[in-house]
Amino acid sequence: MKYSNFMEVTFKAMSVNEGFARVCVASFCVQLNPSVDEITDIKTAVSEAVTNCVVHAYPTSVKGDVILRCELEDDTVTITVSDKGVGIKDVIKAREPFYTSKPSAERSGMGFTVMESFMDDVQVLSNSFGTSVKMTKKISSNVTEKVG
Amino acid sequence: MQIKNRVHNGVMYVLLCGELDEHSATYTRLTLDEMFSSEKFNKIVIDLSELVFMDSTGIGVLIGRYKRMKDKDIPIYIANPSKHAEKIFKMTGLYDIMPKIV
Repeated sequence: MKYSNFMEVTFKAMSVNEGFARVCVASFCVQLNPSVDEITDIKTAVSEAVTNCVVHAYPTSVKGDVILRCELEDDTVTITVSDKGVGIKDVIKAREPFYTSKPSAERSGMGFTVMESFMDDVQVLSNSFGTSVKMTKKISSNVTEKVG
Repeated sequence: MQIKNRVHNGVMYVLLCGELDEHSATYTRLTLDEMFSSEKFNKIVIDLSELVFMDSTGIGVLIGRYKRMKDKDIPIYIANPSKHAEKIFKMTGLYDIMPKIV
């Protein structure tokens, strides 16, 4: 029988919510019995995606929403982090290691590279109405019975 | 984020405790810069044994401090990174400029 579950939360694009987003996803994914390493991979990738929303999506002082969705299908977790901000002008460029649109702000430009490294697949959709980052990871250490 | 420091035999030891992300980055930058503004040391060791989370924002913070200290000819070393921090350091080549000490 196929196991599936999902959750979705919306919060303001403020850095104080990054920790909440990480813990929220980690808590939800526990039902797949991931290893500590896998949970840390997921938390790091979520943190990178949410940071992008906080730093880049809403350049004016009015901060919009971040929508965090987490779907579980058998042993695979799919996380989508979306905003309704200004979008990324050049997604291919933005995904290059060390590229940052804000070099003066001491940014490493490694956000997407970290997401790609810690997750199995990362897809980025962006236009002038917002950005959506969809990340997938198979939980390979899932050895015990699932909850539910 | 809590940051502790002490100077011993010309080495400033800095202990980062907590989570280093976008939310704590500004505080971390300002606190480290204030600590590093004293003239009583010639080497810095950043101990990450109590850093429970770090993403690539942390890399930006560390590289920023490296650039400032490079002007003063003061090297920075990394001690006790977590497995995940180490993965990010290797990915970004941070150890090339801030070597890991055991």
